[in-house]
Amino acid sequence: MEKFLGQWMPIDASEHGAELDRLLGIVHWLMLILFVVWGAYFVYALWRFNAKRNPQASYHGAQSHVSTYAEGGIAIVEVVLLVAFSIPAWYRWTKPPGKEKNPLEVHVVAEQFAWNVHYPGADGVFGRRNVKLTTSSNPLGLDLTDPRAQDDVVTLNQFHVELDRDTIVKVSSKDVIHSFKLPVMRAEQDAIPGLDVNIHFKPIRTNNGDRWEIACAQLCGLGHYRMRGEIHVDKKADFDAWLAKEPTAKVSIGS
Amino acid sequence: MGLRRQIRVGNQWLYADEARKALLEAERVMREEDRHKLLHGHVLPWYRRWLFSTDHKVIGLQYGFTALCFLLMGFGLMILMRLQLGWPGHAFSIMKVLGEGRAPGGVLLPEAYNQLGAMHGTIMIFLGVVPLAVGAFGNYVTPLMIGAPDMAFPKLNMVSYWCYVPGGLIMLASFFVPGGAANSGWTSYPPLSDIATMGQTFWLFGMVFLITSSLLGSINFIVTILQLRVKGMTLMRFPFFVWTQLVTSFLLLLAFPPLEAAAVLQLMDRLAGTSFFLPSGLVVSGEILKNAGGGNPLLWQHLFWFLAHPEVYVLILPAMGIVSEIIANNTRKPLWGYRSLVGALVFLGFMSFVVWAHHMFLTGMGTTISAFFQTTTMIISIPSVIILSALFISLWGGSIRFNTPMLFALAFLPMFGIGGLTGLPLGLASADIHLHDTYYVIGHFHYVVAPGTIFALLAGVYYYFPKFTGRRLNEFWGKVHFWVSFVCINGIFMPMFAQGLAGVSRRLYDGGAQYAHAKTIAEQTNPFMSICAVGLLFAQVPFIINFFWNAFQGLRGKRTVDSNPWQATTLDWAATTSPPLGHGNFARAPVVYRGPYEYSVPGDPAGFIPQHVPDTPAPPPAVIGGVIPATAVAQREI
Amino acid sequence: MADAHAHAAHHELEIPYNVHPRPDTGLYNAKFGIWLFLASEVMLFGALFSSYILLRTSAAHWPRGWEFLSVTAATINTFVLIASSVTVIMAWSYLRLGNLKLGRIYIGATLFLAALFLVFKGIEYSHEFHQHRFPSTNTFMAIYFTLTGLHGLHVIGGMVVFAYFLFFGHKMWQTERERYINRIEVVGLYWHFVDLVWIFLFPSLYLM
Ligand code: HEA
Ligand code: HEA
Ligand code: CUA
Ligand SMILES: [Cu+2]
Repeated sequence: MEKFLGQWMPIDASEHGAELDRLLGIVHWLMLILFVVWGAYFVYALWRFNAKRNPQASYHGAQSHVSTYAEGGIAIVEVVLLVAFSIPAWYRWTKPPGKEKNPLEVHVVAEQFAWNVHYPGADGVFGRRNVKLTTSSNPLGLDLTDPRAQDDVVTLNQFHVELDRDTIVKVSSKDVIHSFKLPVMRAEQDAIPGLDVNIHFKPIRTNNGDRWEIACAQLCGLGHYRMRGEIHVDKKADFDAWLAKEPTAKVSIGS
Repeated sequence: MGLRRQIRVGNQWLYADEARKALLEAERVMREEDRHKLLHGHVLPWYRRWLFSTDHKVIGLQYGFTALCFLLMGFGLMILMRLQLGWPGHAFSIMKVLGEGRAPGGVLLPEAYNQLGAMHGTIMIFLGVVPLAVGAFGNYVTPLMIGAPDMAFPKLNMVSYWCYVPGGLIMLASFFVPGGAANSGWTSYPPLSDIATMGQTFWLFGMVFLITSSLLGSINFIVTILQLRVKGMTLMRFPFFVWTQLVTSFLLLLAFPPLEAAAVLQLMDRLAGTSFFLPSGLVVSGEILKNAGGGNPLLWQHLFWFLAHPEVYVLILPAMGIVSEIIANNTRKPLWGYRSLVGALVFLGFMSFVVWAHHMFLTGMGTTISAFFQTTTMIISIPSVIILSALFISLWGGSIRFNTPMLFALAFLPMFGIGGLTGLPLGLASADIHLHDTYYVIGHFHYVVAPGTIFALLAGVYYYFPKFTGRRLNEFWGKVHFWVSFVCINGIFMPMFAQGLAGVSRRLYDGGAQYAHAKTIAEQTNPFMSICAVGLLFAQVPFIINFFWNAFQGLRGKRTVDSNPWQATTLDWAATTSPPLGHGNFARAPVVYRGPYEYSVPGDPAGFIPQHVPDTPAPPPAVIGGVIPATAVAQREI
Repeated sequence: MADAHAHAAHHELEIPYNVHPRPDTGLYNAKFGIWLFLASEVMLFGALFSSYILLRTSAAHWPRGWEFLSVTAATINTFVLIASSVTVIMAWSYLRLGNLKLGRIYIGATLFLAALFLVFKGIEYSHEFHQHRFPSTNTFMAIYFTLTGLHGLHVIGGMVVFAYFLFFGHKMWQTERERYINRIEVVGLYWHFVDLVWIFLFPSLYLM
């Protein structure tokens, strides 16, 4: 079943993705079985009890209680899906990796119609932000008087992550609600103004050539359809190299 | 004195002499009624008869006609959207109907696409399906089914309709205000909707009217059903349709006020400069928004979905009611598991108030809360399974007549099945991560509302048309309408699941042509889906002609069917004429003696026993006296 | 002639349990209806109150109502409304006793008290505006104006109905007495609800 669904689904480049895809596979098995069983019964019943073939209806109709068991069965399967798969998976999905894993921390701030990606830079600390300082060259209003801000790196629609390193993304928005969706990472989180939400994933394969994108899944205005960024999974060396040659806030914003 | 002769009329044993008396009486009553009806016809000015009538049947027809027009309109908007989705950026001459502002040179603009999308959703749900399912069928049929002369509050009933119409007109007017109609989706999420153009204000005012209309209506329905049911019409003798209307009314009554509250708050945000839904420090296109802030965008979502989830069951329950009636009638046997149907229905109603946040899994929800809403969502799927299974099993042992209404009703079952089943992965939060806000969702709910509800409603139109007009719609063209619609509609919605799995987001102006992961599948499927949509539109032509032609003939009094063309057992068919007597419905209030679906009762020659026909008394002893319910006899004449 | 006849025919239509309660529900239609209506009203104000709670709990700091709103005016208003609830009951019971005159006097009293309430509320509003406190000022003022405004609309709605029964509706006293009394009872129930809402608004806006 996962293969069957897989023919349409984007490649899965994340560690937790397999688990979610398996869940999808199992639910669709349940759906398929229900549909086929009921469907077969349905077609047979329509043929068998056609007025021509069965002129006299039976007042009492079906006597068996198969359906009751079937419904009980469905209920049980749903309980299993919840307890054994969905809820644990959700728990893992919402529980950020601990510091010992040395996760890569990034802030993603959505705006109409682009993704601002904010890296803490060399010192690994995010600089102070202040909306009042927002300008076209300083989309996030980084406060350069804060020394920790100077070395920060802010890119537009360019989201680089490191292979096999846990990544924590703090998602928020400047204006309206967007939705930060990474199909290849099986990750999505609404970007809600006034709210910072952390999501995390661990890339387990690099693009090697493929173009992977950040989609916006929530209607956010007339540019919603073209609000997309790129996500690149780099090996450690490439990632560091890339980050090193990206202009720091000090440079990009100037003074 | 000697023995009195007895005769058997249908399954009635009657004293011949008293039977004659009763018949004469019946005729007298009928003539009386008809005279009044005529007097009405002559004396009441046309606008009192057709515009501001307080007769639930007229109001039902008003609702029905208006709603069908809105359905067609919502479909029309969608055709324009589908053209754009199928061939993005391509110029179409019909697009020009939207005006240069929206489609310069026939090329749809993104902002216009968003207007169409929001209005398609709004029109279909609030102006199309709900008014047709509740306002039209509920209004016309429910009082007849429970033997009532009219709704409990006829004037209020008229007012509901006249709140619905302005609500609709305001929605339409919004297309012509600066910036066009509402463009933030039918869900109107702030902050986007807070900062949207004037159309959004119109949308909110329109909603206030529609909400008022539904509230008045639901009160009227509940009181009517519980107060005006005739003698012997116990709750467990209700036709299932009546039950669905009752539960639906409670959903409307209790779920709509929170949306009204939300609408008030959003109006304050837009007009009085408050910030209920606006947090501090918003920067919209470079400008810092000047408002106090301190609001919360998610507040809207909670209020909205607290309505909108029950609302989706409002879309499906009356459909299930119509389907049940038609299936029972055309299998010529009682529904299977009536009690479990009712139980499941009521349970569904209760549960629908505690699942709303399954639309908000990805707003940053903790494990506990998501676990709660996933569980309730899985629980609520069980009653639906029970209802559908009961309907499936009702087919067993039947003697199925495949007329047009039955075809639409039967198609409803697997179509709702697909829609419902695809709700399950969405209901499991972890699976929803990949599917949320993709075309998988669009596919899911369209299978329930389009080949589901719309088919059920069309089934209802074909089934009740003789009741409305005294004529049956043409069978051949009905079947053409069905088969073409059935094929096309699946052609539209089935590929949506593939698109959704591929991660194609909804509400994309170009259907995903921009996105690397969406491009291929979009180009493979969208043109085909759009062609099917156009095919679906053409499939409606025979129906519309069929509809108007026969409606017109009916108005001219050209009746072609007797009062009970489907040999039905429920009061709406069996205890009154088609179309029913004038204001008041029944010659005499019928009395109910049995359950709603007494078809093929062993030993009954007629093959069906109407609810108001008393049990056949054994030939009474040859003595003076013995009572015969005049109604029973009178009805036979009606 | 024919016209009159048709009119008769039209109004002949008897809706069951329009006046007398149905045995198994124990309610006549209008009373059943108003209870349902009040249920939906509960949902409406319930939603607004929960929004209030949510916004307040998530707010960093929250202005204290009594520091700038006039608690005295609100207290007086509370008693005014309670009094009006009493007068409605008086009106209804006098009508039940067959005394239209006193009944109408008490309806009038209710109307007057309702008007008095609005007058005080108006004074409060204008005071706020003079202090440059508008709905847009902050979330508290937004809630304050929205809730009290909506409640005010309910008061006005009630007044319209009372005025109708006071000046026009009472013609029913001769024709359909029982029905007239029922109507006063029904609008009375609504009025108690409006009163009750204020009982909730007063502490939650002024005192907490
Ligand atoms: C009539 C309308 C209707 C109905 C009945 C349903 C029914 C259900 N819906 Fe759906 N839903 C919508 C209308 C509806 N929905 C709409 C409009 C949206 C989108 C709103 C928006 O965002 O714009 C939506 C969105 C939606 C979401 C949010 C998705 C997202 O945005 O990410 C979820 C998630 O839980 C969900 C779940 C369910 C579930 C579990 C059911 C269950 O009740 C289904 C239970 C039914 C079954 C389980 C079928 C059982 C059938 C059988 C067992 C027999 C099968 C046999 C054959 C097929 C032959 N729905
Ligand atoms: C009841 C609800 C309902 C119904 C019935 C439909 C019906 C249809 N819908 Fe829609 N749809 C929504 C509710 C509904 N929709 C909602 C809520 C959205 C989300 C909006 C948003 O994003 O905010 C949506 C979004 C939506 C999209 C996604 C747009 C996007 O995300 O960008 C698409 C895409 O194809 C679509 C297509 C269709 C099609 C082809 C039909 C067809 O099935 C149409 C079928 C209609 C008919 C067959 C008409 C029958 C009527 C007649 C024949 C009248 C006869 C008249 C007389 C006799 C007088 N709909
Ligand atoms: Cu950003 Cu859609
Ligand atoms: Cu839902």
